[in-house]
Amino acid sequence: MAQMNMKEAIRDAMRVELKNDPNVYIFGEDVGKVGGVFRATEGLQGEFGEDRVFDTPLAESAIAGMAVGMGLQGFRPVAEIQFVGFIYEAMDQMFIQAARMRYRSGGRYNSPIVFRTPFGGGVKAAELHTDSLEGLALQTPGIKVIVPSNPYDAKGLLVAAIRDNDPVFFMEHLNLYHAFRQDVPEEAYTVEIGKANVVREGSDVTIIAYGLMVHTAVKAAEELEKSGVKAEVIDLRTLLPLDIETIVKSIQKTNRAIVVQEAQKTSGAAAEIIAQINEHAILHLEAPVLRVAGPDTVYPFAQIEDAWLPNPARIIKAVNQVLNF
Amino acid sequence: MSKLPYEVQTEPVTPLSILNPDGEIVDEALMPELSDEQLKEIMYRMVFTRTWDERAVNLGRQGRLGFYAPVSGQEASMIGSEYALNKDDFICPGYRDMPQIVWHGLPLYQAFLYSRGHQHGGQIPEDVHVLMPQIIIGAQILHATGVAMAFKKKGEKRVAITYTGDGGSSEGDFYEGMNFAGAFKLPVIYVVQNNGYAITTPYAKQTAALSVAHKAVAAGITGVQVDGMDVLAVIKAVRDAAERGRNGEGATLIEMLTYRFRPHSMADDTTKYRTKDEEGEWSLKDPITRFAKFLEKKGLWTDEDTARVKEEAKATVNEHIKKAEQTEKMTVNGLIDSMFEHTPAHLEAQKADFQ
Repeated sequence: MAQMNMKEAIRDAMRVELKNDPNVYIFGEDVGKVGGVFRATEGLQGEFGEDRVFDTPLAESAIAGMAVGMGLQGFRPVAEIQFVGFIYEAMDQMFIQAARMRYRSGGRYNSPIVFRTPFGGGVKAAELHTDSLEGLALQTPGIKVIVPSNPYDAKGLLVAAIRDNDPVFFMEHLNLYHAFRQDVPEEAYTVEIGKANVVREGSDVTIIAYGLMVHTAVKAAEELEKSGVKAEVIDLRTLLPLDIETIVKSIQKTNRAIVVQEAQKTSGAAAEIIAQINEHAILHLEAPVLRVAGPDTVYPFAQIEDAWLPNPARIIKAVNQVLNF
Repeated sequence: MSKLPYEVQTEPVTPLSILNPDGEIVDEALMPELSDEQLKEIMYRMVFTRTWDERAVNLGRQGRLGFYAPVSGQEASMIGSEYALNKDDFICPGYRDMPQIVWHGLPLYQAFLYSRGHQHGGQIPEDVHVLMPQIIIGAQILHATGVAMAFKKKGEKRVAITYTGDGGSSEGDFYEGMNFAGAFKLPVIYVVQNNGYAITTPYAKQTAALSVAHKAVAAGITGVQVDGMDVLAVIKAVRDAAERGRNGEGATLIEMLTYRFRPHSMADDTTKYRTKDEEGEWSLKDPITRFAKFLEKKGLWTDEDTARVKEEAKATVNEHIKKAEQTEKMTVNGLIDSMFEHTPAHLEAQKADFQ
């Protein structure tokens, strides 16, 4: 067991899988010698050589498309898209080509690829470096979407993603890379894709979140406890497949829920989660399920980020609304 | 403005040509090595494909096929380029390139099933190294680049080949793929079948480059131009490119100058954007007529042979379209199960609506 932050845990997941499976290849812009702009792949080229871990020319569509071609030949590419805003350049290859390979080949081929990308606000990065674009992936059949919230999960989920025979969009929140350390086993282990985690038990309201928002939700829950409100917090870990079972189980207990996402409010992951709650648990609800989210504007990098992002105060306000409905 | 002294200089390219429209060899030294049997086989495949194409257009009109992109006129570039490959080379086709993957081993009835939107169409047999036609223009160029990267990593002496049209050479993926192939020195062949039109937009409005082949210069790979109505020139160019790829000499862009005698798809009207004169000029270069003249002079082919192959092709097409029509329809539940290796619970639940 070692103490790792999330970035180190992600790097360790790639390290153990490069070691375990000769078909795993890591590539992207600047991932080689320097180890990526966030150093998530630091040291991997030194340990495994330029054949297994390599820099590519600056072209996101080609990075993703080359991964599709290599996947066809039995490799398990882990392709890094340097910043989330650059996925637009690669969307055809990620969300159309990779995601429908199994369908269009009648099961003959698949896309055992992980597309890793950093995302997430609150770090004062440049424009289009931090947006929450998971909703784009969620509208695309055939690709799994994972957003870890802590080092242990990040390593276990990434190992599971690399071993998965379907394409995975793996989103790493920038604000979590160095946020805290946790005990992480040094050997390979997996965290099941599609299984949520109840990070805090409660009986009055369920707060559903993922990524950095799990921590914001926990802060809100701690505040709420001071006024006697016991909030249960669910970390989804995986947005697709979504663990609706854990959500429903919690709502059966609390009868109230809110969903927190960093992304803009309309038509995102939260909207989908609420739709599924309606399908599966409407008779257990004492109040409508509310969303705490960014407003439907472009993401305002740097200056007013902190005001724009969901915070504990907004979560507490929403909780009080559902409690007093 | 005159040329700048510090300007990058390029020269016009002369297309490779071996067989003139009268069926005479213009340069013996360039003639690819082919036995009489092989020459007859190539002719057989071209006549077969022309007949299949004619039948497919009719089947499309009858509603027995779905999307179909006619190929008549492009037989030399399609059949010749596939013929120049080894069986274990990998083909990433564009939307019009069904003949190459069928001659590479995809059963014809599966091509028809694909056209009819049946998943089994794309269920490529294990020993056939192809993808199904790509609809997004240029996306396949990157897949071929990745396949070539895999061949290089595995140390296999195989090449990947991919096809697009002159319109495809304007796509970002075209540049990204060639640039990757240049940077990584990959065994890949990028074929641009320049048939003069991207649906209806003429080549002159597509690019101001001296030729499509010149675009290889920017990527640092080899670029060549070929008379795409001359099957021998096509075979020579693709064999050379494949050999270079296998020898670790990297990628080649081949521009094939060709022409589609029919519309882009079943829906557009060629009279709106082409002239009779232009069509007449290109028909004189018909790859089948030209090659037939060459073979006739060698005593290898007669009109009777053409008639025989046409009959055989018609019978084969009939047999395979029937097989496609008799194949059990795919189901929504089957479709749902093809999205992931293991169907997740939410998709499993969605099946209930389609029981």
